Amino acid sequence: MATLKDFAKKEELFTGGHRLCSGCGIPPIVRLVLRNYETPVVAANATGCLEVATTIYPYSAWRIPWIHSAFENTAATISGVETAYRALKKRGKIPGGDKDIKFIAFGGDGGTYDIGLQSLSGALERGHNFLYLCYDNGAYMNTGIQRSSATPFGCNTTTSPAGTVIKGKLEKRKDLTRIVVAHNVPYAAQASPHNWSDLAKKTQKAINTKGPTFLNVISPCPLGWYTKPEDSNKHARLAVESCYWPLYEVEDGVLRVTYKPKKKVSMEEWLKPQGRFKHIFKPGAEGLLEEIQSQVDEYWEKLLEFDGKPVY
Amino acid sequence: MSDKKSPPIGGVIERGGTAHEYTTGGWRKFKPVVDHEKCINCLICWVVCPDSAIIAEEGKMIGFDMEHCKGCGLCASECPDKITAITMEEEAD
Amino acid sequence: MAIARNKREQMGLTGNSAVAMAMKQVNPDVFPAYPITPSTTVVEEFSSYVADGAVDTEFIAVESEHSAMSACVGAAAAGARVMTATSSQGLALMWEVLYIASGLRLPIVLCDGNRALSSPINIHCDHSDTMGARDSGWIHLYSETVQEAYDNIFQAVRIAEHPDVMLPVMVCLDGFITTHAIENVTPIGDEEAQEFVGEYKAKNSLLDTDNPVTVGAMALQEPYMVFKYQQSEAIKKAKDVVIEVGKEFEEKFGREYGLFESYRLEDAEVAVVILSSAAGTTKVAVDELRARGKKVGLLRPRLFRPLPHAEIAEALKGLKVVACLDRTDSMSGFGGPLFNDVRSVLYEVENRPLIFGRIFGLGGRDYQVKDALAVFEELLSTLETGKVDELIKYITFDPEAPLSVDGSGC
Repeated sequence: MATLKDFAKKEELFTGGHRLCSGCGIPPIVRLVLRNYETPVVAANATGCLEVATTIYPYSAWRIPWIHSAFENTAATISGVETAYRALKKRGKIPGGDKDIKFIAFGGDGGTYDIGLQSLSGALERGHNFLYLCYDNGAYMNTGIQRSSATPFGCNTTTSPAGTVIKGKLEKRKDLTRIVVAHNVPYAAQASPHNWSDLAKKTQKAINTKGPTFLNVISPCPLGWYTKPEDSNKHARLAVESCYWPLYEVEDGVLRVTYKPKKKVSMEEWLKPQGRFKHIFKPGAEGLLEEIQSQVDEYWEKLLEFDGKPVY
Repeated sequence: MSDKKSPPIGGVIERGGTAHEYTTGGWRKFKPVVDHEKCINCLICWVVCPDSAIIAEEGKMIGFDMEHCKGCGLCASECPDKITAITMEEEAD
Repeated sequence: MAIARNKREQMGLTGNSAVAMAMKQVNPDVFPAYPITPSTTVVEEFSSYVADGAVDTEFIAVESEHSAMSACVGAAAAGARVMTATSSQGLALMWEVLYIASGLRLPIVLCDGNRALSSPINIHCDHSDTMGARDSGWIHLYSETVQEAYDNIFQAVRIAEHPDVMLPVMVCLDGFITTHAIENVTPIGDEEAQEFVGEYKAKNSLLDTDNPVTVGAMALQEPYMVFKYQQSEAIKKAKDVVIEVGKEFEEKFGREYGLFESYRLEDAEVAVVILSSAAGTTKVAVDELRARGKKVGLLRPRLFRPLPHAEIAEALKGLKVVACLDRTDSMSGFGGPLFNDVRSVLYEVENRPLIFGRIFGLGGRDYQVKDALAVFEELLSTLETGKVDELIKYITFDPEAPLSVDGSGC
């Protein structure tokens, strides 16, 4: 397993000078993931924070070939790139000569859970050789914090506002990782940037597994979570320690929980410093925190039941 | 950058990593300062930095890329509690 | 279409089979597609070529047309030669990505079997699908016959990939009327086809990992207009490339292709302007009226985007009255797109002809020689009175006669 010293010796493929927010959770994920490649890699990126802020003409933060087409089609776009690779390889027409190239697609929760779900499903089913990485910050942050199907229950967003009658988002999160697993992909996992060694291990597995693989990585968002930029990593950690964001993987159909907190942190501890949940601590929202806690507990218990067992 | 009069068609940026030429240091209100006496070169700061602004050479934390550091303070807050080699200081105007 | 010399034996082929065969002969790198009536059999037949090893192409059976065009974009940006086929709702679903393909300057070739757009749902021919995409930055070639659709595929590859152009091309043929009708086709040989299209080498490729390019960056206020200007200049240049490639095709294979077909137009006083297969029907009417001494003619645009405005103006300038027949209604309350474009083209012409627009054959409604004759009668009476009675009107249709209860009669 590579150490941070090893990683730091490798070339930086994602430069500074991008326009992502101060304290954004996305770049540390991208930087670490790209450092796990031993071969050249080509990326596709769905419309979203990462895309918009890293390629404002003529400035690109990417030192790898990169394509953005639209919001909902990044999995289909990388399908095309990956297929072109196979076609041109067959004909001996890879620029610069034959070589092993890998493919990665990046999308936020908007571009992955919601508008891009069909495109992702199609690409997974067709079995293209690529890694899809979803950075999940729990809302459409790029356009100003609108709810997505990844937004937590009870959360305040600009389209699920905490009002006097309705207290934020009334629906539970979509369990995207489980949906991806249902495609019988050889490898899918959830990870968090605060646990860099877990993320790196999972990335390496995902990269070195033939066929479509998937990583769902929680990505703290100071803007949309109303948290301090310096606390991003702390919030990723609390999301995991509270079991809101379990770290697990499904490899060849067998589920394994890769991290079990010794002592679960309460949801209150994680949610209280986040402005997007401040309404649940005010009068009129009685019972909401308890409801959130019981949902998280129930999910975690269910997940533990599957630990070490085949899920398909 | 390519010739401004006739850039490559289709909006393609023909060279990787050109964002490095764009400065985001002006975003900072606070700047990180490292005490090399205290630093144990664990490189946690390096891995959490969103702006690729921790300079690491030969496995050692050398300093900061102030052209790109936005002053988020993640390096300081993630510097191990017992070490606290990095602190944030207010930027002079 | 004049066939000067028959190099090959004729074959009876449907439009779709001929298109699939042309695509096979091009042997592209990647073919992402989603089947839709009436272009389904292009996709089916091409996938059979792949299954039988008749081509080296990688076929991607995508889950939607949106993904088909998205995969085309990804593959083309990787430097592959890419083709696909669709119709109607499929093209409508691709709509967003059509603009991305042209904006990124990717020379994708698409074949559209023209079909009406919903609602109501209808599987038959009209031009509402491709006309809806007329401003998407694609080059549009409309084909009258199976032979022309076949020939257009090869030419489309050359036009799209020309360094002065680098834009996607759609080859349109009428759904069912041409896609499913068997006509005699004189194919070109496989080697000749390969020689004609040549090898494609993209300037930039995502697979050139030593020279990493960023494709699809965000271009804000200043650069956006620069790239749109470049695109606008390129599509203007496409006109000359269409002529050049058409000439080369004629030299090699003996079939003549230009910007449009003029039929008995030289000394005509009145003419119909019409696209695709309905031009064939109209030519029968022209011949019939010419036999009766009437000075009538026809102009059939082949290249619709870019619009060869100066050439069309030149071709129509001596006429007294022109009727533009659209197989779609732009729902602007002011007729179809062909009518609007041709009317605009004629504005610069001194002593410009009178013009009226007629909308016909929507959703596959039959357009017969009698319908063409009726239009020519209107043209000739307008010639006599010097006055257009009705600027825009639906034909092949009687608004006074409602459908019967079972929907069959009107």
